[in-house]
Amino acid sequence: MTETTTIHVKEDPSLLKIIISNKSLTAGLVILAILALIALIGPFFTGDPIAINPMKRIKPPGPEMWFGTDPLGRDIFSRAISGGRISLTVGVAVAGVSVFIGLFLGLLAGYIRLLDAIIMRVMDGLMAIPGILLAIALISLSGATILTVIVAITIPEIPRVVRLVRSVVLTVREEAYVEAAIAAGTKLPSIMIRHILPNTIAPLIVQATYVCASAMLTESILGFLGAGIPPEIPSWGNIMSEGRTYFQLCPWIIFFPGVALGITVMSVNIVGDGLRDTLDPRIAKKM
Amino acid sequence: MLYVIKRILATIPVMVVVALFVFFIIRLGPGDPASVIAGDYATAEDIEEIRIKLGLADPIHVQMGKWMLQLASGDLGHSYHSNLQVTTLISQRLEPTLLLAASTIILTVLVAIPLGTLAAYKAGSWIDKFVMVFSVAGFSIPVFVLGYILVYFFAMELRWLPVQGYKSPFEYGLLPFLRHITMPAVTLSVIYIALISRMTRASVVEVLNEDYVRTARAKGQSEFKILLRHALRNAAVPIVTVLGISVALMIGGVVVTESVYNVPGLGRLVLDAVLARDYGVIQGLILFFSFIYIFINLLIDLSYTFIDPRIRY
Repeated sequence: MTETTTIHVKEDPSLLKIIISNKSLTAGLVILAILALIALIGPFFTGDPIAINPMKRIKPPGPEMWFGTDPLGRDIFSRAISGGRISLTVGVAVAGVSVFIGLFLGLLAGYIRLLDAIIMRVMDGLMAIPGILLAIALISLSGATILTVIVAITIPEIPRVVRLVRSVVLTVREEAYVEAAIAAGTKLPSIMIRHILPNTIAPLIVQATYVCASAMLTESILGFLGAGIPPEIPSWGNIMSEGRTYFQLCPWIIFFPGVALGITVMSVNIVGDGLRDTLDPRIAKKM
Repeated sequence: MLYVIKRILATIPVMVVVALFVFFIIRLGPGDPASVIAGDYATAEDIEEIRIKLGLADPIHVQMGKWMLQLASGDLGHSYHSNLQVTTLISQRLEPTLLLAASTIILTVLVAIPLGTLAAYKAGSWIDKFVMVFSVAGFSIPVFVLGYILVYFFAMELRWLPVQGYKSPFEYGLLPFLRHITMPAVTLSVIYIALISRMTRASVVEVLNEDYVRTARAKGQSEFKILLRHALRNAAVPIVTVLGISVALMIGGVVVTESVYNVPGLGRLVLDAVLARDYGVIQGLILFFSFIYIFINLLIDLSYTFIDPRIRY
């Protein structure tokens, strides 16, 4: 009796176990979870991020005001916490949307010859336009809101996703099991969904983390240049943008949101690297 | 030779796609350039007048034809505010940006390639780990935050370097130029040092496992020569490719770095145009930077045959 049970124990280790075995990936995920939790519930506990308090102007960081205040007396700590919510939202939204659109276009390009030429020429052109300039142009034309910022950051990120998906499709479509499916008379949509799509998931998850990291950096740069999310909604970028004028007087306005952004982007990058090594060592070469 | 011609011709469709993109962004976006230029207090007649002046009242295919012809003759359009040609504006601001980019590339190559090679040579050692940590950190810090941290320490606390500004080497001499360019160049190069040192490490590690490296060792060649002649030469292609791809990254970095350090270059021109909502200049600059990117990647593709004689087309 015991013999039959021991045979069945030999399974693949669960995904959770694989993730825990990678120390830096675990660390990255834990930091990211804490940051996400702070962004999610933090704003309910801190003060009003846009409340002006002239009595508390330009206070350096201290026990009362952890991150100090700006020349309008606004609390940088509250602002940084609620800015984190915006930055993370932008990062996740851009990653989700660009992966979704990129997956769709990449599948089409990889499988339909005629569309391949058209889609890839358009992607080559899009890739040649510096992403930040394209985003700046899109935002200044359509007005700065959170939505337009997300759209403007997403568009330059799409070509990289399309290229990745297309390269996976081109490799997979030559595999014997796909040929077997075609020979068996399986219809195209079902080949795409059952055989091709699952192969793109691992590389796409990894790519999504990199897109998320780069989107948060782009958001901050746009905000910093005054071309991003409007100042009524504090984001890490526009808080730092306001700190520029007063940098010699109160460097903490730039310092704290900057460090917060750096830590967030770094933990996202570490998670990306960890997932890349864990999910499938083969995809490391395609990145 | 045939390859060279083919490769040069292949840039044309990409440039056309870029031009079409820019054309449609400006004209089909939700905003109306004419009403933005006219300002908040303009009457409908004012807006219509500007629309006619800018040629925005023509049918879309006529506009596109005119625009393509204009681009083909090397005209990037003009400023809607000052009426100056975009090419004139670019030539006025080119020098600081060119010198900043050159200093950044020199600094990157001088630091990143030895660092990456060393990390690969001593794979697993503390220096290898340092390079890995540095490269992840370098990717994660926003360019301007790094810029302000440098300003805080080296200009405000230690007072070694000026806070901001730019001094042309042709007007003020080399030393003032170097004092002003050091911090911007360091700021801009950190992300490339991160990128290139990681790439160098990866490709050198691969090459060091090759048979010809073992052969070189066996015949008693010094380790330095092995790294320089065998490892680095063979690892050069991926490194140069990454340098090319990162030109696009650098253009974004230039805009930010120049505004942190108040350098009157092309990056500042972009920012000024955005703040003034000067769509003529914005579209001209996007085209200019995109064409530069296409041109540099063309040069890099063509340079492969020189770097690695095994590659023949």
